[in-house]
Amino acid sequence: MNAPLPSSATPAVQALSYAQAAQLALEQAMERDARIVALGEDLGRGGVFGQYRGLQQRFGAGRVIDTPISESNIMGAAVGMALAGLRPVVEMRVIDFALCAMDEIVNQAAKNRFMFGGQGRVPLVARLPIGIWSASAAQHSQSLESWFTHLPGLVVAAPASPQDNFGLLKAALECGDPVVYLEHKELWGQTGPVDTGQAVALGRARTLCSGSELTVVTWSRGVDACLQALDAPELQGASIELIDLRTLWPWDQAAVFESAARTGRLLVVHEAVQVSGFGAEVAAAAAEATGCRVARLGAPRIPVGYAPVLEAESRLSAAKVALAARRALDLR
Amino acid sequence: MASDPASRSRLLDLYRMMRRIRAFEDAAEVASQGGVAAWGLAASAKPALVRGPLHLSTGQEAVAAGVCGNLVREDLLTSTHRGHGHTLAKGADPVRMMCELFGRASGYNKGKGGSMHIADFSVGMLGANGVVAAGIPIATGAAHALKIRGLPHLVACFFGDGAANRGPFLEGLNWAQVYRLPVLFVCEDNRISATTPTASMTAGEGVSARARALAIPGQRVDGNDVEAVDTLARQYAAEIRAGGGPRLIHAVTYRFKGHVSVDPGTYRDPGEVQAALADDPLLRARARLQALGAAAADLDAIDAAAKAEIDHALAVAEAAPWPEPAAAYEDIMDTAAGVWR
Repeated sequence: MNAPLPSSATPAVQALSYAQAAQLALEQAMERDARIVALGEDLGRGGVFGQYRGLQQRFGAGRVIDTPISESNIMGAAVGMALAGLRPVVEMRVIDFALCAMDEIVNQAAKNRFMFGGQGRVPLVARLPIGIWSASAAQHSQSLESWFTHLPGLVVAAPASPQDNFGLLKAALECGDPVVYLEHKELWGQTGPVDTGQAVALGRARTLCSGSELTVVTWSRGVDACLQALDAPELQGASIELIDLRTLWPWDQAAVFESAARTGRLLVVHEAVQVSGFGAEVAAAAAEATGCRVARLGAPRIPVGYAPVLEAESRLSAAKVALAARRALDLR
Repeated sequence: MASDPASRSRLLDLYRMMRRIRAFEDAAEVASQGGVAAWGLAASAKPALVRGPLHLSTGQEAVAAGVCGNLVREDLLTSTHRGHGHTLAKGADPVRMMCELFGRASGYNKGKGGSMHIADFSVGMLGANGVVAAGIPIATGAAHALKIRGLPHLVACFFGDGAANRGPFLEGLNWAQVYRLPVLFVCEDNRISATTPTASMTAGEGVSARARALAIPGQRVDGNDVEAVDTLARQYAAEIRAGGGPRLIHAVTYRFKGHVSVDPGTYRDPGEVQAALADDPLLRARARLQALGAAAADLDAIDAAAKAEIDHALAVAEAAPWPEPAAAYEDIMDTAAGVWR
């Protein structure tokens, strides 16, 4: 009766950063399920972005595992761990490093269940932080979500807020399929209210504001840019509906199609390179299903540059979103 | 020790397993002729019973039998694209294996994997793999899980000589040693990487030396001498089970056939092939058994039983039903099941 409460026993709603929200989700899941382990580089020190702070001290180095800089083996070992009864969380620092583990993600994790006729399951969560952040240039700034949405066998999630990073990570940890979990590096410090009692289901979008003239669909860091654009003077008077997809596979086609059918116009906004980006899939599917007009806003097909003026060419901004939305609305 | 009945009995068991593997490979080879267009050969008009690439381990049976004879059912195993022998030796049923090679619904993978992805998870055989060296990281992770879960078992990780030149070999061996994991690495060295002699593109003193550079005990063994493989595997398995961390066996053998079953292997020196055929691990085991007092009639009976078992597997597989087209949409994901576009 007088047993100490677990350290994560906290008020139902609290202000947390995007990183703290994920830390709390993982801590609560590890308390409940001894099969969950985490592995990656520098986890004992809290992870590069603090998203694992305190977990090794809490659960021990046998469960929160510091690994060599061996991306292939980190991801491949996670597949083996999953096949042998664990539920591993893989940390890849930045998605750019996961490219060293593409065989393990694409040919092993994603294919295992089907290829072996359902004999095994691979319940792993691969955390691959995306996005432009802190002048990190071409090899630490990419948003490669469309590489993974293309692959049968993978769930792809991309939370945009502390609440969703809590709820979606919990959902990912309970999912029996391999999940590619894309946190945006520029969001780590963003703080917001987190209701730990609120579940977030995979595959469900959230509508941030309602409108009747244009549907804007985005995810991850794109949400902030779109919210700012909606407040910009250029869009005053326009009636715009903003949808955060949150999960990219499966994506909430019902929500997007319903909105696009109503507004007749769809704009998809993402930080990733526009060419062959996931926005093309959303736009094409919505046009096929509803006959709506479609437009896209993504980065030009250039590597992310280091100098601020170069990096800015690849960044989303409220001004770019506002301009794209005005074009979609035929406003001059 | 040479006339020790226990050693004769053990060798008889190993010989029986090797003979079953040989019978399986020979039957699959015949069933595959014309099944894939490669090496300048056209696929035949009539589809073969075994389609697609079929990588035979004919000539390499002593490695699979000698290593797996020291495993228990709960031990795990990862294999290569040349994995029929490992699968049989781990305890799989040749009928369900042959059904899988034939692409039938009653195969281990429901016809979704074929030869290159043969697996029987129920006996701990976690799969053949179409990517060279890909089983190594998976084996280290499975062993890591065994250690975390406090289970007393080990993982046998088979890979070929070509795999030692891929990055995951270094990453996986280092990983296994850093965490002192129960992994028995087995380099099944058939001396050729697809169609190119491995020695011509491998630097240094070989795979055992690479293991020793990471302080992993490793030894070279005659991979056509099933007793030698058995002896070394028994020693290493015991050391691993005692908590000693990983070990590596470098078993040197020879691939009797081409890279795939329709590859005539004409790029090899005929003298080298003739010498290898004379060093057949089955002939050697048989001669040794006779020296130990086994009767030729008893050995012939083992051979006949193996052939009969595989003939039965062929008959069952040929009569087995194909998968339904709907099965193409099953065993992918539970999340978003039914949403395929």
